[in-house]
Amino acid sequence: MTDFPQDSVLVLVEVSPSGQVQKSAAGLIGAAAGVGTPVALVVTAPGLGQAAAEQAAAYGAGTVLIAESADVTTKLSTPAVDALVAAAAKIQPELVLVSNSIEGRDVAARYAARTRSALAVDAIAIARDEEGVVASHSVYGGAYLVDSAASAGTLVATVRQGAIDARAEAAPLAAQVLEVAAGSAPAATITSIDEAVIVSGRPELRGAAKVVSGGRGLGSTEQFELVNELADVLGAAVGASRAAVDAGYVPTSYQVGQTGVSVSPQLYIALGISGAIQHRAGMQTSKTIVAINKDDDAPIFAVSDFGIVGDVFTVVPQLIAALKARKA
Amino acid sequence: MKIIVLVKEVPDTYGDRKLSLESGLADRSGEVVLDEISERALEAALTYAEANAGTEVVAIAMGPESVPTALRKALAMGAVKAVHVLDDGLVGADLGLTAEVLAAAVRREGFDLVVTGNISTDGSGGALPSMLAELLEVPAATNLSSFQIADSTLSGHRTLDQGSYEVSATLPAVISVTERMPDPRFPNFKGIMAAKKKPFETVTLADLGVATDDESVSRSIVISVAERPARAAGVKIVDEGNAGEQLAEFLIAQKLA
Repeated sequence: MTDFPQDSVLVLVEVSPSGQVQKSAAGLIGAAAGVGTPVALVVTAPGLGQAAAEQAAAYGAGTVLIAESADVTTKLSTPAVDALVAAAAKIQPELVLVSNSIEGRDVAARYAARTRSALAVDAIAIARDEEGVVASHSVYGGAYLVDSAASAGTLVATVRQGAIDARAEAAPLAAQVLEVAAGSAPAATITSIDEAVIVSGRPELRGAAKVVSGGRGLGSTEQFELVNELADVLGAAVGASRAAVDAGYVPTSYQVGQTGVSVSPQLYIALGISGAIQHRAGMQTSKTIVAINKDDDAPIFAVSDFGIVGDVFTVVPQLIAALKARKA
Repeated sequence: MKIIVLVKEVPDTYGDRKLSLESGLADRSGEVVLDEISERALEAALTYAEANAGTEVVAIAMGPESVPTALRKALAMGAVKAVHVLDDGLVGADLGLTAEVLAAAVRREGFDLVVTGNISTDGSGGALPSMLAELLEVPAATNLSSFQIADSTLSGHRTLDQGSYEVSATLPAVISVTERMPDPRFPNFKGIMAAKKKPFETVTLADLGVATDDESVSRSIVISVAERPARAAGVKIVDEGNAGEQLAEFLIAQKLA
């Protein structure tokens, strides 16, 4: 028997090694609330569970299971998998939601393999039809929309970060400590952690309404500043192509594309980005796409609503000046 | 040391990729190629093998009848043997079944290290390496942008969305590598000729002892597929000195600025 509602959805809340609840949790809990009753699981180092649980409740999951373990910062993925197994045994969920982050998908993958559950990856929406829970996926860079479901039993789904707009209302916290038996699966050892702290007043790339991205055409870290300047005038997030990341102009977290972040903002401005298919796969579902590139044949123009063949270093300053003049 | 590299045949991203609207299956009538990230995984394994005598690299792929072309390329790059898992029972296989089959194929071959790409170009799942590690009961170090092996311990740099980890794993293990790994080599003429003489095995589900009809196992199934209308290109202008102003007007008219 279980004290949990029949329509419980188990949500693995992503927590950084230092205990920060990641923003993806709000969307996961929002998605869970849309199809059932969210029950959150936080897996943290000792002493950090309560604060993480409070944040989960603020995002709308009143019932929170707390699993604390020192293994979290030394063993890769398996402490969270073991905790998911213990939590699922307790609440018998029909759906398990995990963030489709690098860490999240490893945990979901191991959990699905261990429990022989159906795994749906990179869902952009979770819904319910008469037969159960359905996950929607945006496939081939947004060219297709595919719905999937589990043939039987619990569906495990990873959810694309920033894809879910629904938010649940904050709920009063009812936390319980979850006893977790450490599993026997061998894990890789974490020997050191470098938690990058991003200090930025700009919106986060995932889920931003406007994105300005720069490519190799910017030429240097110093000149990439032009991208930041336009982003700030528009109140946009800053992204980059893989070429700009590889050239070291900006950190990896800026990368938009097949590997990296997939975005679908209202406005996407590509500066000095040729538009390799791998980049387009991460942005072509944007509502309005603007591209500025010197090369008339750049593939980015094939998906642009407004394309300018020209030099970013003359066009963008003029654009910034015009937008500022309008605001003034 | 034996390194297994799992390689995948994918629809070429430079062409139009299609899904069948009836079956939900990938349409493979267009160009199919060895996934670039698979090539990087191979490159990483081959680089290690060249520097460490007594290391052999075996490429394994699961997929339809077109897959041998991708596996031949792996042999031409330098793998010593290729294994193709081919079976009609695998059409439309979900991640769970794919992981079971590949785990069985890897076990059958024997391994010290399994190397895969971090995420495929077509399915973009990124789940398989961890599923495989779970089924093989070995550690997984995924998303590595570099790695070294010393005294049966692999250590590597793992890049995450925010920050990075240094990780290590005792072999045998499964790793996945990112596109930050060195570019793959091109097969040369000698490699292409040599590939024709290398062992090439084709195995079925029966050979691997994997059953697809176990109803206690839940599968992920496609229940609908819809195509989004293709994006049409809009206006394209050549800057004649006022393009920035024109763009500002466009953004303001669209209420985007």
